[in-house]
Amino acid sequence: MTNTLRAPYDGVVIAAPVTIPYMRYSIESAQWWIGRALSALVAQAGIKASDIDGLCVSSFTMGTDSGIGLTQHFGLCVRWLDTIPLGGASAIAALRKAARAVQARDADIVACVAGDTNHVDSFRLTLENFSRFNQDAVYPYGAGGANASFALIARNYMRMFGVAREDVGKIAVAQRANALRNPHALMKAPLTLEQYLAARPISDPIHLFDCVMPCAGAEAFLVMRDETASSLKLPAARLLATIERHNAFADDPMQVRGGWAMDVGELYTMAGVKPDDLDVVQTYDDYPVITMMQFEDLGFCKKGEGAEFVRQHDLTIDGDFPHNTSGGQLSVGQAGAAGAYLGLVEGLRQVLGSAGPTQVRNASLALASGFGMINYDRGLASGAAILVGPSR
Amino acid sequence: MIEPIKPPRRKNPLLRTRLPASPPRPRSRMSHGFTRAAAEGRFMLQRCEACGTFAYPAREACPSCLSAGLAFVDAPRRGVLLAETTARVPSDVYFRERAPWRIGLIKMDCGPMIVAHLHADCAEGAAVSMSLQLDKSGQAVAFARPERETPNMADDKQWREMTADPKFRRVLVTNGRSVIGQEAVTALKAAGAKTVFVGIAEPWRPFAGEERLRGQDGIEIVTLDAADEKSATDLAADIGGKVDILVNTTEYVRPGGLLDRRGTSIARDEIDQAYLGFINLAQAFGPAMRMRGADGINSSAAWVNILSVYALANWPAFGAYSASQAACLSLSHCLRAELRPGGVRVMNLFTGPVDTEWFQTVPPPKVAPRAIAQAIVSGLKDGLEEMYVGDIAEEIRQRLAANPKALERELDR
Repeated sequence: MTNTLRAPYDGVVIAAPVTIPYMRYSIESAQWWIGRALSALVAQAGIKASDIDGLCVSSFTMGTDSGIGLTQHFGLCVRWLDTIPLGGASAIAALRKAARAVQARDADIVACVAGDTNHVDSFRLTLENFSRFNQDAVYPYGAGGANASFALIARNYMRMFGVAREDVGKIAVAQRANALRNPHALMKAPLTLEQYLAARPISDPIHLFDCVMPCAGAEAFLVMRDETASSLKLPAARLLATIERHNAFADDPMQVRGGWAMDVGELYTMAGVKPDDLDVVQTYDDYPVITMMQFEDLGFCKKGEGAEFVRQHDLTIDGDFPHNTSGGQLSVGQAGAAGAYLGLVEGLRQVLGSAGPTQVRNASLALASGFGMINYDRGLASGAAILVGPSR
Repeated sequence: MIEPIKPPRRKNPLLRTRLPASPPRPRSRMSHGFTRAAAEGRFMLQRCEACGTFAYPAREACPSCLSAGLAFVDAPRRGVLLAETTARVPSDVYFRERAPWRIGLIKMDCGPMIVAHLHADCAEGAAVSMSLQLDKSGQAVAFARPERETPNMADDKQWREMTADPKFRRVLVTNGRSVIGQEAVTALKAAGAKTVFVGIAEPWRPFAGEERLRGQDGIEIVTLDAADEKSATDLAADIGGKVDILVNTTEYVRPGGLLDRRGTSIARDEIDQAYLGFINLAQAFGPAMRMRGADGINSSAAWVNILSVYALANWPAFGAYSASQAACLSLSHCLRAELRPGGVRVMNLFTGPVDTEWFQTVPPPKVAPRAIAQAIVSGLKDGLEEMYVGDIAEEIRQRLAANPKALERELDR
């Protein structure tokens, strides 16, 4: 077992999971969505906006704004501020930073929020302006966006490990079943494996139901010390462990593993739990094949055994491996940077027992992961966190 | 295996002409190192001067040792295609119209991974040969082709977007009285051009080489005096909508510089013929070419200028002529920018003294007109923007890069 010298997250808790229900398109701005999320945080926690003394924001569509502009916009006076542009890894990164900030008493209540709007043309503009390497060396090649880039990764991975479309399809189908219980999911129709397999190709081997639907929405949570939560009588989950890694395995010619594989030992050591102990798992599912990669890299099975793992398990809410219980981005929608928060916020609800129709019975230990920034030929950022609910 | 492209049917004038769209254009400044290489048909990558690592995409510091010394150098072209995909519903108009579009990730033997457009005959796991091409927005892109020649290789749909292949296209050679013009007609015809229109001023006046052009299948003599605005406009009214490639073979060479000439009459002729002739041609034919950049197999594709290499550095023995060529070179950059929205490329061929009567007293080596004609065809087929034809042109290019002052002093003798 790996040793870790990292200071434990003693006394750090997470509370007030907020989701502002998504919309396929919105005429509102990203600032509007972030404002709704902050308002909901304050309402749920029973605090005043002026009690928030730390703010961490992620968004792709805020235009020229960053966190600082939002403080004045929303009338917040904070003593700790961060803007995290890490795409699908933003939530884990925000949580890590906020946790240390409250632990060190640089702040007492940090609002972590991500929100994006989706105007009719904003997704294309985000693709076009994603990063310098993307602008120079990816976007001019078919302008396929993330679909084309992940298609290359998926094709290589599936061939290398003998993964069939049926195997990745099972992940998408299970998530749709979960989503049908989530009133906020944008996808409302059931999905069968036959429909998954028959879907139109987008960028081979990526087909329609491998793709997330870009949409508008916001997600948020609060990070504080346990005594703050107690004084507010706020249900809260303790943070046991996190990992974060960027540009891992740069020498792998093509991506077959993410940065989790580098740090996963430390994740479980720090948390003092084993993968088997987890009650619910929320992976970053921009594509189901990336989820399969995470099953391997997060220690649920060995590299190359992801497909077999999926075949052996039931990934639905009532199954033996409850996974992406809200329906995940594949079935709820991808609200830009809020997509990074979706799993963590749902995982928080699960261990607080407040997930409602998607609640896994007696869930108290959850893992949520993040993945993001396909800067050139691979996703660069990865992270994961383990939370435990008050019932444990 | 690629099916050969078929000759396009006669155009239905009632149908709408498909308008050109450009692939994504923004690039970092450093990335234009690839543009420079692509313009000349070279394959260059950044290599660290400190540790030898090849890097891609364009960087400002070496990913191995953080050195800032990342020079663009000619690099080995071989790589292996690791994975491919076919984009079927791209978000960009240019690619959406041309989907399905195939790209792949190539592991270069020299190290880097490159996302590239794929020739249809590239296979996963097989070796490819990489090149840098200028796409329809005029920017450099990586293009992978099979290592060895395959049947109908140049007819690949994606490759043809990167080139201005004369096959099935209609070409206007603006001056058929010159030997260069006549050689160009022959070479373009041999390269599969459907029709070559040959401009002749006052075509009732006999001229040397006339028999090579008259009565030949697919060669049409048309009346054109580029220096005459009305002549250019009249011809464009006739055939402007079916000129896919224009080869500007205007030639007006007179020796002499400034002090040994009296007055401006010869200089005025040089300007009239070369510079104003260029303007007349551009204004007459440019707008229609810019409109027709996506008009099917025989879309408009390229404008070719044949310039003296002394456009880049004045040769006092032909000093005023050099200046008129420099003016044309500058204007060609303006034309390139203005034709760019149509995806029409402007190719400049730089030559040393040509083996014609006006360079009679100049010692060899001189460039054979046939070599220029062959360069035109190969440049169009490879989609180039800049070509140096012959030893003198190549030498001037290198000396100019090495030390422009040395070149200036040494041209003065």
